[in-house]
Amino acid sequence: MSNHAGGLIAALVVNHLCKRFGANEALNEISFRVADGEFCILLGPSGCGKSTILRLIAGLEPSSGGEIAVDGRRIDSLPPRERDIAFVFQNYALYPHMSVFDNLAFSLRMRGLSKNDIDRKVTEAARLLEIDDLLRRRPLALSGGQRQRVALGRAIVRQPKIFLFDEPLSNLDAALRATMRVELARLHRRLKATIL
Amino acid sequence: MSRSTALKFFSCGIALYCLVPFLWLVLTSLKSSAELTAIPPTLIPSLHWGFYRSALKDYGLLGYITNSVIVAGAATLITITIGSLAAYSVARLRRGWTNVYLMLLLAISMFPQIAIAGPVWSLLDRFNWLNTYQGLAAAYIALSLPLAIWILTTFFREVPSEIEEAALIDGCSRMQALYRVVLPLAAPGILTAALLVFIQAWNEFFFALIIMTDPNVQTLPVGIALFPGEYTMPWGEIAAASTIATVPLILLALIFQRGIVRGLSAGAVKG
Repeated sequence: MSNHAGGLIAALVVNHLCKRFGANEALNEISFRVADGEFCILLGPSGCGKSTILRLIAGLEPSSGGEIAVDGRRIDSLPPRERDIAFVFQNYALYPHMSVFDNLAFSLRMRGLSKNDIDRKVTEAARLLEIDDLLRRRPLALSGGQRQRVALGRAIVRQPKIFLFDEPLSNLDAALRATMRVELARLHRRLKATIL
Repeated sequence: MSRSTALKFFSCGIALYCLVPFLWLVLTSLKSSAELTAIPPTLIPSLHWGFYRSALKDYGLLGYITNSVIVAGAATLITITIGSLAAYSVARLRRGWTNVYLMLLLAISMFPQIAIAGPVWSLLDRFNWLNTYQGLAAAYIALSLPLAIWILTTFFREVPSEIEEAALIDGCSRMQALYRVVLPLAAPGILTAALLVFIQAWNEFFFALIIMTDPNVQTLPVGIALFPGEYTMPWGEIAAASTIATVPLILLALIFQRGIVRGLSAGAVKG
């Protein structure tokens, strides 16, 4: 993992990021940058702090020091909903009491979009991920791969500045993992999004 | 006899043992005055509805029911609202003291009512809340809140924190995430807690007796207990009133049976 933030223009800049859990130091002066449209991958052994970095960027944990900036704007003091970042969780974290459609539409409803806009955006995202025939189902009635796509759809539909994926393939079997890896790369090319 | 048949007989025996007093009450309420005092007692009543009419008309049962609905309903609503917020905080703050706090809550919920009766009465007297709905409801909220928080915490802990975090990222504030995602997922627990609080408040006698001395605001258990006069013991009216007081609880329990079972067994098995 790079410990140096180079260059000036980047979609995401992390500078001297620190995180302590009590006396335990989870992250120490982490710095890196991700360029606009770049697909950046954090690699490291289990427990090295990859997920913690993502959670700090998303605002799910407060940092103990350092800076996080998106498009040149400091975001580290903002609550998660104001950061315009999407997060795909390892276990997908779909809303089990909502249909696939409602899962995808949730963030758009929270932003107060009109019903027509919500319908259009959800349908587009569902078509892109080939889950348009599953929109009425509940997450429990979906296979692992389908849930993964819904989780991706929930991120895509918002058109956020940055996508954060926390081990998105770890819950899938080997065959599906290979397929999804290709699909993620394809998705990245189509969306031209910044992905970490 | 096979083991399962024996078990069935045993369960039926327990069910019968629990149900017989209630069945006897219902049968008594449907008897005529002559059948009520007949020796030997008549088992099958003549489906006489006179005691129901009399309980409602002459003994003002409707007023007691209204008072019970108001007090138990308000106590349930407020307990569940405060209890949900408290339980949510306890469930999400995974610190060492939360378990001590939960143990304390459980211990407090076991306190005998008589232990706090004096202070509660004095407090309500100072607020001029004796013989008021809010006075009795406040006492019930204090009585049921510990157990409600305890049950609700178990449920909120079962809702994966990632789902809530997903809601925060999707644009919710903490309260919106609680309202839109956590509460619907914890609905069986909330239902269980609400029913237990309602049943406790509906059945409670001791506090209702010492706080509500004015017949106009008395609740069902106290009202029915005061049916007997100096020279009369209206068994028929008491049986009819008790049946009317019990039926709503039985219906509630039957309607929400699945939710209650899920509620009480939460955390027992990994989902």
